[in-house]
Amino acid sequence: MPELESPPQRGRAPAPPLSPEPPRQGGVPLWLKGLAPLVLLAGLVFLFLRVGPVGVFRATFPPVEELSLERIRLPEPGVLEVRVVNGGPEAVTIAQIMVDDANWVHTLDGSRRLERLERRTVRIPYPWVEGEPHTVTLLTSTGLTFSTTLAVATQSPAVDARYLGTFALLGVYAGVIPVFIGLLWLPFVRSVERRWIDFFLSLTIGLLVFLGVDALEEALATSALVPGAYQGPALVLFGLLGTPLVIGALGQWRARARGRRSPLWVAGLIAFGIGLHNLGEGLAIGTSYATGEIALGTFLVIGFLLHNTTEGLGIVTPLAGERPRIRTLLLLGALAGVPTVIGAWIGGFTYSPLWSTLFFAIGAGAIVVVVSELWRLFAHRSPGGLLAPLNAAGVLVGMLIMYATGLLVTA
Amino acid sequence: MSNRKFSRRDALKAGALGTVGLAAGAGGLSLPALGQSTAAQGPTHGSHHDMVTVGQLAPGSFDPTAFLTRFDGGNVSRLPSGQVLREYEFVAEDREIEVAPGVFYPAWTYNGQVPGPTIRCTEGDRLRIRFSNKGSHSHSIHFHGVHPSNMDGAFEPVHPGRSFVYEFDAEPFGLHLYHCHTVPIKRHIHKGLYGAFIVDPKGGRPPAHEMVMVMNAFDTNFDNENEIYAVNTVAFHYQKHPIVIRQHELVRVYVVNVTEFDLLNSFHLHGNLYRLYRTGTDLERYEFTDMVSMAQGERAILEFSYKHPGPFMFHAHQSEFAELGWSGVFLVQEVPHA
Repeated sequence: MPELESPPQRGRAPAPPLSPEPPRQGGVPLWLKGLAPLVLLAGLVFLFLRVGPVGVFRATFPPVEELSLERIRLPEPGVLEVRVVNGGPEAVTIAQIMVDDANWVHTLDGSRRLERLERRTVRIPYPWVEGEPHTVTLLTSTGLTFSTTLAVATQSPAVDARYLGTFALLGVYAGVIPVFIGLLWLPFVRSVERRWIDFFLSLTIGLLVFLGVDALEEALATSALVPGAYQGPALVLFGLLGTPLVIGALGQWRARARGRRSPLWVAGLIAFGIGLHNLGEGLAIGTSYATGEIALGTFLVIGFLLHNTTEGLGIVTPLAGERPRIRTLLLLGALAGVPTVIGAWIGGFTYSPLWSTLFFAIGAGAIVVVVSELWRLFAHRSPGGLLAPLNAAGVLVGMLIMYATGLLVTA
Repeated sequence: MSNRKFSRRDALKAGALGTVGLAAGAGGLSLPALGQSTAAQGPTHGSHHDMVTVGQLAPGSFDPTAFLTRFDGGNVSRLPSGQVLREYEFVAEDREIEVAPGVFYPAWTYNGQVPGPTIRCTEGDRLRIRFSNKGSHSHSIHFHGVHPSNMDGAFEPVHPGRSFVYEFDAEPFGLHLYHCHTVPIKRHIHKGLYGAFIVDPKGGRPPAHEMVMVMNAFDTNFDNENEIYAVNTVAFHYQKHPIVIRQHELVRVYVVNVTEFDLLNSFHLHGNLYRLYRTGTDLERYEFTDMVSMAQGERAILEFSYKHPGPFMFHAHQSEFAELGWSGVFLVQEVPHA
């Protein structure tokens, strides 16, 4: 489209580089300038689809097939269900199923051919054995195999009141109670000397940095399980950088409205960040519990109690100089703790690595914001900043506490 | 995969520590018996009705049932000396074959089929096999048996587009095999270039219901392990389409093992024992048994007749092979006493 290009100017001196060109009047309208490349692109795509892929792109390459087996469920004795998604670039046909290296009859809730990003649930009448591992292999029409292993077979909970109650209790134990207990430190942090408040604030930073790294690690780990087309690592990037951008912009706008950053805003941010982290954690707990990968022992619940209680301390410390209403405190606690319950519900009911990755990444991103907010707070209140000996010690102690209580839950 | 990471809060695996009252009811599980249904569903759905492939082969696919009893005597004529001459045309070609319903395997074939045609002749016959290679790689035909060095197929790869004539006298009598001997041999064999080669003794064997079974397997994802096992290529074919024989009739099965990657394969017969003639080179039975183990390249002739009517399984006694396709059923039809 030659009319879009500026004509070559032969035998003339080039225009002075620094002077901006005045908008040309009566030329090509602006919208057309913006649209032209898109039109060209659309034409090219059309041509490509019409003529068909150029030989060299397809020719003799073996088919690229990718199936992700997202989850095995055991809805009842003698029945095994596998949820599978085609995360690859090409359609895939599931031809046969093997369970523990034996061909098995099965049904699919749809055709055997899965287009890109299509999902199926495969139902297999297989006499699985309580407490033992089982491996399901899908054999595609081209002979490729995709496998997944269920570590410990145990019947998947049915979604009923009892189930929801169990998982709510699970979330309450692991997330809500510990956070609220932590909030009870408010009177304490209000009465201690200012330098000790600073110590606890830096301790909070330590806790959060630990949680942030943990969430990021979880996000990256689960991102590896996301079907290729959904680009797991890119999701991590969105969560990690997108969250600070959104919250930061929100904070800017709010600070402009209020004139200053209130400690309550910081506490709210912390609660929000921790809440997202706990949502991811709840997902993981719910899933692992539902798929029989963990048995929640007394020890584990105690571990969660201790570990997450410190999160409550992190929330209240910025409020040391404030007199928040009980309702506000309850709200903050709920913001941080209740997502664990929601996560556990979702995780137990329908686990997907995609959502898990996204939640963990958003959690990590939120913690980036929170830590930077606390950092700024320090710049205002403490002369030595975080490097004052007591504050530096606080950060270290915060990380140590997380590490030590973390030992209990990794066991 | 689905057992996603649970790192920091990782895995107090089941039972590692005391459980808390949260644990949802895992008790009261009763495992359904394998094959809870009954034999009333018929032979194809016997006790193993769940442990099979699903679906049917595409129409026009290789038919293992036809292959079972198809013996190729070649084009027969006589040499001036009076010796019987059997001429064969063998063509190597690349072809996609269906090894289980819906599962396609990029095979290398003799005459478009896996296994290749079952060559059958009598001891002392002259064999002339015109081999042309229309495949994408060099191939050859290596026959087991006695023949001159330059007819061995080991040192003369036939390049794509070229041809070669193998000519030799069939000896000794017995059950042999042929296969491609071009390197890498492992791939040339597991891609499908093999077949049974039967040399009858001059006096023949007693009349019988004869069939050929080539124990083979397919590494469909090319990880040097087999995904599909079978006799005559198609997993579970003879379980879904039982081989009909008659009560008391003499059945003779020519069994050849070409299974790649696995050290041993085997043949186990239900409700009966068979007279085993290892390699078939001796007319005296080797053993009376219901189980023979064979390494790759080993072969055996089995003779038996059924005392009782009904469906009887035959399968590899490597249970894994049996469960991945190498299982079949003889349906013995009752013959009323005269």
